Amino acid sequence: MADDTHMNTTPCALIAEDEPLLALALHNELAQLWPELRIVASVSDGLQAVQSALTLQPDFLFFDIRMPGLDGLQAAAELADTWPEAQKFPMLVFVTAHDEYALQAFEAQAVDYVLKPVRSDRLAQTVTRLQQHWQRRLVQPATEWDLVLQQLRGLLHLPTTAPATHAPLTLLQASHGTQLRMVPVDDVLWLEAADKYVRVFTHDGGEALLRTPLKELLQRLDPAVFWQIHRGTVVRASAIEAVTRDALGKLSLRLKGQPVSLGVSRLFAHQFKAM
Amino acid sequence: MTAHRLFAGLPAHQCKPLLQRLLIVWAAAPLIAVATWIAHQSDGMPHPFDVSLVYAYAISTFIWMFTDLSRFVFKKALQAQPPHYWPPAWRASLMLAIGIPLGYVLGTLVGDAYAGWSIWDLWHFNPLRFASMLVTSVAISAAFVTFFHQRAKAQSLAREIIQAQLMLLQSQLEPHMLFNTLANLRTLVQNDPQRALPMLDRLIDFLRATLSGSRQATQPLQQEFDRLADYLNLMQLRMGTRLSFALNLPDHLVTQAVPSLILQPLVENSIRHGLEPQVQAGHIEVSALQMDDQLVLRVQDTGLCVQLPPPPTLADNTPTSASYGLQHVHQRLQTLYGDRAKMQLSVVQPHGLCVTLQWPMTPT
Repeated sequence: MADDTHMNTTPCALIAEDEPLLALALHNELAQLWPELRIVASVSDGLQAVQSALTLQPDFLFFDIRMPGLDGLQAAAELADTWPEAQKFPMLVFVTAHDEYALQAFEAQAVDYVLKPVRSDRLAQTVTRLQQHWQRRLVQPATEWDLVLQQLRGLLHLPTTAPATHAPLTLLQASHGTQLRMVPVDDVLWLEAADKYVRVFTHDGGEALLRTPLKELLQRLDPAVFWQIHRGTVVRASAIEAVTRDALGKLSLRLKGQPVSLGVSRLFAHQFKAM
Repeated sequence: MTAHRLFAGLPAHQCKPLLQRLLIVWAAAPLIAVATWIAHQSDGMPHPFDVSLVYAYAISTFIWMFTDLSRFVFKKALQAQPPHYWPPAWRASLMLAIGIPLGYVLGTLVGDAYAGWSIWDLWHFNPLRFASMLVTSVAISAAFVTFFHQRAKAQSLAREIIQAQLMLLQSQLEPHMLFNTLANLRTLVQNDPQRALPMLDRLIDFLRATLSGSRQATQPLQQEFDRLADYLNLMQLRMGTRLSFALNLPDHLVTQAVPSLILQPLVENSIRHGLEPQVQAGHIEVSALQMDDQLVLRVQDTGLCVQLPPPPTLADNTPTSASYGLQHVHQRLQTLYGDRAKMQLSVVQPHGLCVTLQWPMTPT
């Protein structure tokens, strides 16, 4: 009860920005424009951003796009997956120096953003919007998950560079010790991002390692054949045997003839609905 | 209508150059007409100048059609590729071997129709003259084709050079770097004006060097290191304690001339792909040293790199891709020093990249 009162009276924000001077500047500007806003933490990489946000449960997130660890968009997606369903999801503001592709996506998804160098007049507009949101929050406490997830999905599928026209992949070239192994895409059951590699699992129970990031591979795989079910997992749709929901509401997939269960993240759960 | 349809199949930006070539051919036709008219005064088939003019225009236009326009009309069969649509060698030879005689025969038929006789009669009473005319026609056509081919090659080379310069400039004046630096300077102006001024001066020097770097061929090592100091100080302003660096330039090497900003792409590469994406702090060390008669320049970082970057592919040959800066430096050294220059990449333990450049010292 006491927690609730605190939550409803003081708006809290978290800043994730890897450049210390810019974090300081944003902190100061916000303090001037909205003295009641409490900055609960200022962190300098995407991993810390996710951890701190989960622990401190702020109402507003100011995320830099380019950060080490996880970038701003990845951090937001990770949060959307792990955020407690009953808690109100924070309102996101992205801060970016120059990402023309990102800007288009922000406009399209109606997500707030500010450009660096951050100018007081522009930040004031954002603060006004956040304040309105804060007022509405008192009467509308539940997260509109559909909207949040839809916005993030829209942002995550944006290319970070100019869209390149790639021929669809038919063969994956996997490193296997000092050898190069050719894995036909037709044999691939699912792909899993692991640290700097992508692990490829095939029909015959084989496994191979790729050095191309999953995001790049995805652009060259047929989206009707391979479905993304998690930030780090892509699966052959026809190989899915069943989808189950556990007590906490989390979805997981069972693949035909495979002894594994793959977790479906909140962001990608919309693909699985009974017809 | 027919003309419109004919040009509809042409690549848009090829219409103008194609017509330009036709105009050049037409401009040369009167000269050929004068030459043949004079020659015909003595070969037993003298005729009025207008007849020579018709022959010259008809033959040259047909040959132009079968050797130039044909490259676009039959681009699939000829495997003519953009940007210039010159077919590969044997297909080009085949096209010329068919196109020139065909153009000659058709053009001659038009001329014959106009003059009311047949030039083939010449073959009966002056075969030598006929043969020399044929050879001259082929030679003139070949000269034109060679001229146009060389011109296209020179134009494409010039374009490639400009494109390479533009790509380099674009990578050095990356908007993300500029706006972030300006954002930091803006904060400094507010909070620490004393520090803002020297930082602004560094940005000015960096911009000046980058913008004029492509024009100035070489500069003394001291200047090269000064510009690196500008860049690294600006980056340190941005990254704070996450970046530390050392610049080691021995006194006896300060006047050594080096290609302008040859180290800049390497340091940028270390920052962008090594230190910036890494959560923990990193260090960059740039050193110059002399080994016998060799000048050795080394950029070493403790960044993210755990394996050497793969050779660049066409798809990632953009100014921001990991190997672009390295590839650019390598190409520049190759052009300047050929085999006398060496570039070596190695992985630093436990992680990081070390790039070493080496070439014979120039006597000072």
